[in-house]
Amino acid sequence: MAVTLKVNGASRTVPAEPDTPLLYVLRNDLELNGAKFGCGLSQCGACTVLVDGKAVRSCVTDIGSLGGAEITTLEGLGTADKPHPLQRAFIGEQAAQCGYCINGMIMSAKALLDRNARPSEDDVRQALAANLCRCGTHNRIIRAVLRAANEMGRT
Amino acid sequence: MTISLNRRDFAKGLGGVVLAFTLDPALAQQQKQLPGSLNGNRMLDAWIRINPDGSATVFTGKVELGQGIITALAQIAAEELDLPLARVSMISGDTGRTPNEGQTAGSQSIENSGTALRLAAAEVRHILLELASPRVQLDADALTVIDGVVVSPNGKSVTYAELAASVDLHREATATVRPKPTGMHKIIGQPIPRLDIPGKITGKASYVQDLRRPGMVHGRVVRPPRYGSTLEAVDETKARAIPGVIAVVRDGSFLGVVAEREEQAIKARVALAESAKWKLGPELPDPANIFAHLKSLPTKVEVIGVKQAPVLASAPKVLEATYTKPYMAHASIGPSAAVAEFKDDKLTVWTHSQGVFPLRAEIAKTMTLPPASVRCIHTEGSGCYGHNGADDVALDAALLARAVPGKPVRLQWMRDDEFAWEPYGPAMSMQAKASLDGEGRIVDWNYEVWSNSHSTRPQSTTGANVLAAWYLAEPGKMGSPTSPPQPAGGGDRNSIPLYDFPNQRVVHHFIQDMPIRVSALRTLGAYANVFASESFMDELALAAGADPVAFRLAHMKEPRARAVIEKVADMAGWKPGQKGDGTRGRGIGFAKYKNLACYVAVVAEVEIDRAKGTVCVCRAWCATDAGLVINPDGLIGQIEGGIIQSASWTLHEEVKFDRNGILSRDWSNYPILTMPEAPQIAIALINRPTERSLGAGEGSQGPTVAAVANAFANATGKRIRDLPFHPERVKAALG
Repeated sequence: MAVTLKVNGASRTVPAEPDTPLLYVLRNDLELNGAKFGCGLSQCGACTVLVDGKAVRSCVTDIGSLGGAEITTLEGLGTADKPHPLQRAFIGEQAAQCGYCINGMIMSAKALLDRNARPSEDDVRQALAANLCRCGTHNRIIRAVLRAANEMGRT
Repeated sequence: MTISLNRRDFAKGLGGVVLAFTLDPALAQQQKQLPGSLNGNRMLDAWIRINPDGSATVFTGKVELGQGIITALAQIAAEELDLPLARVSMISGDTGRTPNEGQTAGSQSIENSGTALRLAAAEVRHILLELASPRVQLDADALTVIDGVVVSPNGKSVTYAELAASVDLHREATATVRPKPTGMHKIIGQPIPRLDIPGKITGKASYVQDLRRPGMVHGRVVRPPRYGSTLEAVDETKARAIPGVIAVVRDGSFLGVVAEREEQAIKARVALAESAKWKLGPELPDPANIFAHLKSLPTKVEVIGVKQAPVLASAPKVLEATYTKPYMAHASIGPSAAVAEFKDDKLTVWTHSQGVFPLRAEIAKTMTLPPASVRCIHTEGSGCYGHNGADDVALDAALLARAVPGKPVRLQWMRDDEFAWEPYGPAMSMQAKASLDGEGRIVDWNYEVWSNSHSTRPQSTTGANVLAAWYLAEPGKMGSPTSPPQPAGGGDRNSIPLYDFPNQRVVHHFIQDMPIRVSALRTLGAYANVFASESFMDELALAAGADPVAFRLAHMKEPRARAVIEKVADMAGWKPGQKGDGTRGRGIGFAKYKNLACYVAVVAEVEIDRAKGTVCVCRAWCATDAGLVINPDGLIGQIEGGIIQSASWTLHEEVKFDRNGILSRDWSNYPILTMPEAPQIAIALINRPTERSLGAGEGSQGPTVAAVANAFANATGKRIRDLPFHPERVKAALG
């Protein structure tokens, strides 16, 4: 079987069954590292990507269900040389320890800022309530999202 | 002194006296003790090489676990070498390349690897200056180095690149070149951004999970329903029929599968699990009586801290209390993973183990390979916080790779593999009893702690110490577990009070049998012991009618301990004698981690929803003294992370099990602190540039649990002595 997906603006055909979770295709076929396997149960948020702008758990999203939807991964936001304001803010706040959860934090924050450009601190906390962090980087993550919102609001 | 006499002649001359000496000829060459990890890795080029372009490659046996250690060690090396940070590249944790520094654990990397690098780099710089001296026609002492260029006051200069070809660092370190005085530091002490963060934020391959080798295939393992079960039969037909499946691997009760694609391996794992017939291992203990059960097991009793003075019998008030801490999981966000490749009788394993050398020894022993044929290369994983599944998954991957020679096998555990099989932080009981004199001073302190081992890591016993080894057709068996000795201690870590009590007795009951698999979780026993003893300090303060801060200071002589307690009280605006209002209160906790490392005091403010039984740790203040600070932002991150992790342990965490097995198998039955619950935190660092750096990666967890427990008691007037503070327990306490 082969399935065609639209990932970070490009059309990609992958040799996988339609019931394959998007996460494995992103990581293994498209060699995108951003989305991480954390639980496979939609509980931790490490695998979050955007599907048509909405934060979605790629570990429980079958590729066969996606049709022509626009999939955006962490790599689709920016690069180390040209980071997205969210990525720049996370680097600026040094908002990672092990960093394994950070993909999910940034992608969930992206979905938040797209629907609410001026979130309060509480908005940020609530938007990230289902993204687990184990190192205790919570406050730096919250500060980074608010900083990005601030910077994006200025331009 | 020259020792040329042979042993017998020498002995004849001295008669029986000689028996008192170790008269080995090797005595003559007895090695000088070198500081830090230099002692076990004595050659300079084991640590530092100067490259032809004048940059430096720095080797460390310590590894990045998300704690920022590689950045901090690079800062130390760059500082002493007088090189810009960008021209120092770091190689860490590789049995083929780096020094063996054992485990990256116990907040010891700055103390051991940092000390070694500081001295080695200072010595290398000095060697370079001596080489430069004839070229610039001036004594080495008169020369300075600016960004890798040796500069002479006479205007001449020579670069490290020009000296690189003639420098020979294959010589033993002497540790005699003094590192820079702290007043000259330009890189040490700076909040240098972490080297690894930009890659992690933008999706660059940063983890072993991201490693892709040519021709790589995917593995999964099938674990039994509970500990000690044996695989009686498995029908492989269904699994083998799944497209892409390359091999079903069975060795005794070890069962795994290798497939072309990851999702195929996962499907095959399900098929194998459904058809596997297990003879179940022994039942687990009854969770309702777990502490009594553990105490009923044979113990090794050690009296570890005794002080004796005449007691003034002025009708002392005697208090007694018992505290408990449940099994807790490391609960890494990413399940453990490894990539293994078996080729031409050589095995390479990419692993996020905390100790690549001990892991190599275990893998070699289990797979009967010569250690020289096994190479373990550290590649970061999800944060581990101690001994999680990292080593186990590495052996699993190696066993699968051996079945498909030439094909690299990537194996990431599934969520339930990690939760149900990782070695937990042990359940512990603590019993405290103390007497107050008429003036409200503690005159007698008795403390006992019961715990399993806190280290069953690779090479911790003489037997097999990695999970799969116990389940092979020819199984390895674990040896007798031990406890790290005092002063650092294991289950007894931080059980000896730092306060100045005239009489004290501390007893460690070490329980050898482990009905539930346990090992090192961040802080080992310190979290539980600081919870118990600092809770008890508040109970005594209350009985003495004293304010908790004043009561601590009245019993504390150590100036650096007093300083963090006073500082945090000041930061929090602590009001002596302030009572909680039933729902809101404040508490303090203090510890000097391991009684050897950083000094940390925490004040926590809690809010209690009495109807729901929930506790919010809304705010925390913290003062930390870790001696000379290498990277203040990194240190703050570690201390803050520790506070939040400890709040999570304290409010939520407990591994659930019943007689049939482990029940905490995903996040729904092992909840952790979420983003909305994170406290607001203020941290002050007391930098002491003239004191040596003290480990701080585990410094704040103990003080935090104590501060939260004391804040709860302050708020409600009720004391909870059993962790965690979950709603049923809170509601029961409030009545």
